[in-house]
Amino acid sequence: MTLTKRIIPCLDVKEGRVVKGIQFVQLRDAGDPVELARFYDEQGADELVFLDISASVEGRKTMVEVVKAVASELAIPFTVGGGINSLEDMKRILRAGADKVSLNTAAVVNPALISVGAGYFGTQCIVVAIDAKYDEEMGTWRVYTHGGRTPTERKVIEWAKEAAQLGAGEILLTSMDSDGEKNGFDLQLTKAVSEAVTIPVIASGGAGNASHFEEAFVDGKADAALAASIFHYKETSVHEVKSYLLEKGVSVR
Amino acid sequence: MIGIVDYGMGNLFSVSKALERLNADYFISGDREELLSADALLLPGVGSFRDAMEVLQADTIKEFAATGKPLLGICLGMQLLFEDSDENGLTKGLGLLPGKVRRFPGTNAAGETYKVPHMGWNKLEFVNSSPLLKGLEEDYVYFVHSYYVSAENSEVLLAKADYHEEVSAVVGKDNIFGMQFHPEKSSKLGMSLLKNFLNLVEERKAVR
Repeated sequence: MTLTKRIIPCLDVKEGRVVKGIQFVQLRDAGDPVELARFYDEQGADELVFLDISASVEGRKTMVEVVKAVASELAIPFTVGGGINSLEDMKRILRAGADKVSLNTAAVVNPALISVGAGYFGTQCIVVAIDAKYDEEMGTWRVYTHGGRTPTERKVIEWAKEAAQLGAGEILLTSMDSDGEKNGFDLQLTKAVSEAVTIPVIASGGAGNASHFEEAFVDGKADAALAASIFHYKETSVHEVKSYLLEKGVSVR
Repeated sequence: MIGIVDYGMGNLFSVSKALERLNADYFISGDREELLSADALLLPGVGSFRDAMEVLQADTIKEFAATGKPLLGICLGMQLLFEDSDENGLTKGLGLLPGKVRRFPGTNAAGETYKVPHMGWNKLEFVNSSPLLKGLEEDYVYFVHSYYVSAENSEVLLAKADYHEEVSAVVGKDNIFGMQFHPEKSSKLGMSLLKNFLNLVEERKAVR
């Protein structure tokens, strides 16, 4: 089989602009989502994730314009997450041209939202994002919501299985323990979830270099891996990561 | 003029934007007369086979197909061209191409499980020559689907992909064509395939 492992850069968007340290001097405007999307497309990114971190209603409306602009320019798939709480929100984003929406807190609060979305748009449009942190007391990983601020009573592996049963097409799994540390993805967590569900799992949190991606795919059994800062700060590029993976015998595009 | 069939399902936006990038004239419609007047039809589709067959004006599509003008189904739109699908119970399709749509078993011959949907970039293998594949090189395209048409013994296979099963990726016979992946999301090769379809439409229009 030749299905390739996917490399996915993630862009944080606030009020229609990409934020959080983007160091691309060759771009005319480093905050323009379309220009950055094109840049990553040219580097060989397999998909993109846009995370809307706008705090305002106006910002959310602007996101729809961003989605339209990106979809008009690019021929690669992209997912939009952040602030999607209802079927109406999903419709707005998907009709504007996004290929998938990512649900996080809203899905935990109201799991039926997953089935409603999957029933309406098909499972392939619904990504369930899970923020996971190891919990001694629980003896396993605990699900957090509200951008990692709120602990819930849910266990990650069980929640992943439930989400898949409800119709999630993919799990975007972020390790809060590894996130920002650049010491590699949480391989135990990734493997545990990937083996528990039969839908693709995207590993997220902790990428620091190309070999971390290899580990995520080989040891963590991830289907895709997402990273933000190492690409934005040009510590490595999508192209470099892929060349490394090819050398190591990991199938990439 | 390309008609994009609007039956309330499917991501019409991404397909129409791809046509815009290729400078093709198109309209989006669910109206019988309008669709029949098109030089070619594009049948997109996201969602379930059964729901799609319930809302699709099957007669209009079949009437169009009978005119000999080109019809291209994408993803679910390709599956709809075949005889039937077992998605949510056996449902009859348009029957314009021979073959049946079945769910990926999720287990290979060795008893190992694999993931369904088949989601991501997979390589096309060209099997038969076609104006759709003219001048193109085998490359990766973006798939998202849980149901597939087996490429084995297919009479209409043009290109296939390997995902534990032999997947019909590009199919075609006479004026009926289908792509299981999303050409509008498949970077350079995807856009070239759409371009070839548009060229074919122009050539056949000139002959007509």
